[in-house]
Amino acid sequence: MNAPAPAQPAQPQADLSQPVIDVHGLTKRFGGRTVVDAVDLVVGRGRICGFLGPNGSGKTTTLRMICGLLIPDAGEGQVLGFDLRRQRGAIKRRVGYMTQKFGLFSDLTIAENLEFFARVHGLDRRKERVAQALEQLGLASRADQLAGKLSGGWKQRLALAACVLHDPEILLLDEPTAGVDPQARREFWDQIHTLSANGMTVLVSTHYMDEAERCHEIAYIAYGRMLARGSIADVVDGSGLVALVGEGPGADRLASAIEQRPGVAMAAPFGTALHVCGPDLAALQAAVAPWADQIAFRVGRPSLEDVFIHLMRGAEDASVVVRA
Amino acid sequence: MSLTSGIAGAWQRIGAMIFKEVRQMLRDRGTIGMMLAMPLAQLMIFGFAINNDPHRLPMALEVNDRSNFARAIDAALRNTDYFRVVAVVSAPGEGERLLQRGAVQFVVTIPPDFARDLVKGRRPQLLVTADATDPAATGNALAAIGDAVASALAHDLIGPLAARAGGSSPVDVVLHRSYNPEGITSHNTVPGLLAIVLSMTMVMLTALSVTREVEQGTMENLLATPLRPFEVMVGKIVPYLIIGLVQVMVILLAAAFVFQVPFSGPLPLMLGATLLFMITSLALGFTLSTIAQSQLQAMQMSFFYLLPSILLSGFAFPFRGMPQWAQIGAEALPTTHFIRLVRGIMLKGWTIADAATDLGVLALMLAILGTVAVRRYQDTVA
Repeated sequence: MNAPAPAQPAQPQADLSQPVIDVHGLTKRFGGRTVVDAVDLVVGRGRICGFLGPNGSGKTTTLRMICGLLIPDAGEGQVLGFDLRRQRGAIKRRVGYMTQKFGLFSDLTIAENLEFFARVHGLDRRKERVAQALEQLGLASRADQLAGKLSGGWKQRLALAACVLHDPEILLLDEPTAGVDPQARREFWDQIHTLSANGMTVLVSTHYMDEAERCHEIAYIAYGRMLARGSIADVVDGSGLVALVGEGPGADRLASAIEQRPGVAMAAPFGTALHVCGPDLAALQAAVAPWADQIAFRVGRPSLEDVFIHLMRGAEDASVVVRA
Repeated sequence: MSLTSGIAGAWQRIGAMIFKEVRQMLRDRGTIGMMLAMPLAQLMIFGFAINNDPHRLPMALEVNDRSNFARAIDAALRNTDYFRVVAVVSAPGEGERLLQRGAVQFVVTIPPDFARDLVKGRRPQLLVTADATDPAATGNALAAIGDAVASALAHDLIGPLAARAGGSSPVDVVLHRSYNPEGITSHNTVPGLLAIVLSMTMVMLTALSVTREVEQGTMENLLATPLRPFEVMVGKIVPYLIIGLVQVMVILLAAAFVFQVPFSGPLPLMLGATLLFMITSLALGFTLSTIAQSQLQAMQMSFFYLLPSILLSGFAFPFRGMPQWAQIGAEALPTTHFIRLVRGIMLKGWTIADAATDLGVLALMLAILGTVAVRRYQDTVA
């Protein structure tokens, strides 16, 4: 795990290496439960950082702490050079946060929703900006439709439009593509990349591995703790896992048998192929030897999913407290 | 055979529904508490607090004649269960002032030379002034005065004076119903309605509107913007204030032109008091919304506030008819003070000096509720 970087000067620069999110030791407890436990996160300007982790791992809570919606119980940090605890107002003005649940007003029209957020942010040229956003969304013809009547994919686009209306420097997206069809997801990600190319920093939580691979870097959190951070190659290499990919008749049905063998961390079918992962290549080869005559095993690279599941199994669930 | 199994199947499914409903009901502690507290509260209110034949009403005795007869009347009035003599004054007009302020419900004025006129058989007048803003509160008590006075004097009119005791009453009891001489009920209820309508709409609308944002998930979005909690509050309150002002106009116009309720106090004072009450009610609604977890709970809480506001504030039943504990409890309701203000200003011509106490109490309530609301309503989601 990366060592915490020294505190950054307050004035953010256009420099790409300059972190715009720089938080350390973030901790949040609800009741007796530690939901986020000493999380460090550094994201550079213009980067797209994928935030991954199982359900209930603390992703949403971390995002809320970063955008000023929650005050951490412990930990420090700066967002855009502003203090996470004391300058939440300044942070809120410069950050766009898209909630997991559709959070616009369903009884207002699309245009009225955008207008409201433009007013709240005190934007100039309101009409122009709203018209522009509607045009970009491809919703100009439906501007007077109630937001609540939109389908899932359109709601998600509208929500994104509403939270980038004020040109935030950071965009926080909480599982923005859950339940959205592949085409809409593709378009959504194209848009995210366009925004990032223009200098917007994006922190996006997701469960989809293909989306993780669209990010410049990823952060993996489980049970409130940060388990891995960096580029995908860094994370895969850093896991210390090696993989064998087996192909042959019935390979996909051997998973449970092979997983019992010593030296195997896990085995999972991928289509007709079988991924067998473990920390040591020789031990893996020994483990699959009984089937080697029917199935051709070659050395492969563990997938991101292999790595995440391995990490998750390794981390014990410290967040569960026993009720008295 | 298929019929019985059909019925059995239906019962099975209905049983599943019942089981699920009961489980959900038990999990919602707020609703369970409300269901248990509601009948208890109603039992207390209707069984003990409300009384249509109020007794022990506060009375002032203005004695301008110090004689045995005056003392006898004093004693007799104290002996009737209807009155509680809280002040004996002797300066002319002082009884009237106590009545105006609302400190007493009745003033009995014993005129100068009462004893002399009585002895001479001139049937002196005994002036009984009642605060008739609430006609229901005074009716039975007034009827009791004449008898009490006659029997009191019968004790003293003995010997050579015995002749004065017989036949027609030795004194002429003059009843004067102040502020509402004809005892018209609507003069009492229409101004009171202003308080009830405003309580209903202001408290309930605000409580619901905030919990709705939380329930629908829009609150998180609002809080992620630069909007501050105070700004959200004011932004939510102002539209309701406008609705409230329209309601006030409708009721005041109807009071003036349909019900011909007199309006004897200063209009600006009335509007100021109304505005204060509206903002207090909105702050209360806001406070409730920070406690309620859902719109349903917010609705139940508003209802729990409205019930005593209607029944105990003096709107529906005489305030003075309630036992001490109920009166003390009702003093904690903003509606009680606003009803006093409205009736005082409209019917009794209150000026700011008369209204100061109730205005002060409302302002204090606003300060407390406002502080609680702002403190509880944070700019964070948890």
